[in-house]
Amino acid sequence: MNSFLLDGAEIPFEPGQTVIQAALAAGHYIPHLCYHPEFVPHGSCKLCTVRADGRPTAACTLPAQAGLKVESETEELNDLRRTLVQMLFAEGNHFCPSCEKSGNCVLQALGYDLGVMTAGFRHFFLDRPVDASHPDILLDFNRCVLCKLCVRASEEVDGKGVFSLAGRGIQRRLIVSAESGRLADTDIAVTDKAVEVCPVGVILRKRVGFRVPIGRRRFDARPISAQALEDAPRKPEHKHE
Amino acid sequence: MASFSMTDTTTASPPTPQSTPRLETAAQPERLRRVAIEPLTRVEGHGKVTLLLDEHDRVHQVRLHIVEFRGFERFIQGRPYWEVPVMVQRLCGICPVSHHLAAAKAMDVIVGARALTPTAEKVRRLMHYGQILQSHALHFFHLASPDLLFGFDSEVARRNIVAVAQAHPDIARKGVLLRKFGQEVIRITAGKRIHGTGAIPGGVNKNVSPEERDALLKDIYHVIAWSREAVALARQLYEQDPALYGEFGSIRAHQLCLVRADGAMDLYHGGLRARTADGETLFDHLDYDRYWEHILEEVKPWSYMKFPFLRALGPEQGWYRVGPLARVTLCDTIPTPLADHARREFLAYAGGSAARATMGTHWARMIEVLHAAEVIKALLHDPDIHGEDLVTQGERSERGVGIIEAPRGTLIHHYRVNEDDVVTRCNLIVSTTHNNQAMNESIRQVARRYLDGRRLTEGLLNHIEVAIRAFDPCLSCATHALGQMPLAVELVDASGQTLDRITRDAPSVC
Ligand code: SF4
Ligand code: FES
Repeated sequence: MNSFLLDGAEIPFEPGQTVIQAALAAGHYIPHLCYHPEFVPHGSCKLCTVRADGRPTAACTLPAQAGLKVESETEELNDLRRTLVQMLFAEGNHFCPSCEKSGNCVLQALGYDLGVMTAGFRHFFLDRPVDASHPDILLDFNRCVLCKLCVRASEEVDGKGVFSLAGRGIQRRLIVSAESGRLADTDIAVTDKAVEVCPVGVILRKRVGFRVPIGRRRFDARPISAQALEDAPRKPEHKHE
Repeated sequence: MASFSMTDTTTASPPTPQSTPRLETAAQPERLRRVAIEPLTRVEGHGKVTLLLDEHDRVHQVRLHIVEFRGFERFIQGRPYWEVPVMVQRLCGICPVSHHLAAAKAMDVIVGARALTPTAEKVRRLMHYGQILQSHALHFFHLASPDLLFGFDSEVARRNIVAVAQAHPDIARKGVLLRKFGQEVIRITAGKRIHGTGAIPGGVNKNVSPEERDALLKDIYHVIAWSREAVALARQLYEQDPALYGEFGSIRAHQLCLVRADGAMDLYHGGLRARTADGETLFDHLDYDRYWEHILEEVKPWSYMKFPFLRALGPEQGWYRVGPLARVTLCDTIPTPLADHARREFLAYAGGSAARATMGTHWARMIEVLHAAEVIKALLHDPDIHGEDLVTQGERSERGVGIIEAPRGTLIHHYRVNEDDVVTRCNLIVSTTHNNQAMNESIRQVARRYLDGRRLTEGLLNHIEVAIRAFDPCLSCATHALGQMPLAVELVDASGQTLDRITRDAPSVC
């Protein structure tokens, strides 16, 4: 079997796998946010940045190649990742203690796992009203990290195209594909994949709130680095085309 | 960094004189010196006391200004209702659980949960009495006991729990342990000591497991014993100088609190009872859903905090007191035997004088600690706390009011929620606001009696804080560093010249 080196460890891979897929399947964690094992990689958040033969590259879009030397667990790369997480926190309004996604949130879990201890940047404190128009689903735009997972899920799985990202750079934001811009005027359903997939507290089932007590939330039991390995497909069925 | 600055300058634009109680507004403020006792730290809002003195140090005006965190009411608008009970805990560093529960009670009404399941009701009560215990213990042992043990004008350096621990190690230790126990009850019922999530609209998100109960039961008998000692200590301190304690900062005040349907004390739920200073009942077992028909709020030009009053008596006469003293004296009985015995002794003491005294509040507070400990014990023996039926709901309402007796007094949360599930209006009346005028009256009494015509010293100024601390630990400006806040007291004349300066440094405890 082909293999490459990740921080000195030999990682076997099958043709078509990306570096992150092979690493996770082999029990080696590389931090990531916009990558999801069930979706085609998007490569936008850059949290999975590694050095491949010395060059910084997103591990989620990098096809595994025999003999590649990949570095991930280095102080330099983790510093970069911490900075990215701080920037994401600064861009949105994330107040973890009163967010219902707390304990189940990938951004928060990454912050803890990477040891992000300070704000790092001045927060924007944007005023972004929620869209509560839909009877069963709430959209809290304050917490979007622009991972595009909902866009991908709504298109590829639900076949609806409810969401898209608009604008560029700092103006980039999540929008609802309806003339009114309101979620109530789309055909989204509470059972849609797009609702389930949001890694942070943007797309929420209404009236659930804090039903799961502290201690029984997803990342209470184990940090995201361990949880991601638990969740990783062991077989390469989700290959990068 | 927290510090006090005491500046002495001539007043800015003088407020218009009005027919308010003596010392609220001076007749010719422009000719007076101004002294401000000002903490720069913020806990639940922040407080400042200003005194206007003439050249003979006669006091002409005394005002307690509290900057209230009203921004919250705006902030919560547009948020989903189920987030509110967790979000509101940002309001107060000392009793976040009271806000958590008052908001949850209001949201119960929104989701139509008129009666909770027995498990939900009891787990919430457990959480609340845990909160009473920890907050009262902090208030009395950490913040107030130095004044009471060492004297109202004791050395600044001794006014903290560290000095109490040195002089009276046993008292300090038990105070710390009582508080810890209360925090543990909160952790088990709410999930965390602070910013827990236990109470949700219509119920709770967890029960208490038998293991968790056993962990608490292990200590509960000690806790009851320590609470009894705390009552005895509060009494003993009062007895050191009944004449002083009886008169210090005392005021004739109408009173308000919740009582159970049978008139017994209930800090979690009940109807509103209001009595005048003469004991005449203004209303009783009032359904708090319509509290706003009986309690109005007045705005005064010199304060950011509103002044609530009982509508029946009007804005001039209708101010009232809430908190431990009101509750212990207004209830017909306390439904746990040890605390009720303590209540009767308290009411009977010196012809009822302690039960009318501002400084009697500490004694009443410790009676509530004992009650809380007894209630917690009973709840821990109740199998309902292990139940699985946690949440209920019914017909939705647009408007929800939740009232609870928080450690410092009646706490009102009032919301409107639209059909999209977001909050459109919010009004909170916190204990400190209810007591606004009562605290002002109390410190005016102290100023008249102790400060008038005398050269101000730090010890004398502490007398003002002692009176405030009987009601509220936050404004005493002592909360953040547990009574050891760095303090700079400056007397500055009209030209800005510093005449005098007293400072104390904060030990690195917080
Ligand atoms: S709403 Fe959620 S899933 Fe969609 S882009 Fe934003 S963070 Fe990603
Ligand atoms: S996880 Fe690879 S770029 Fe986001």
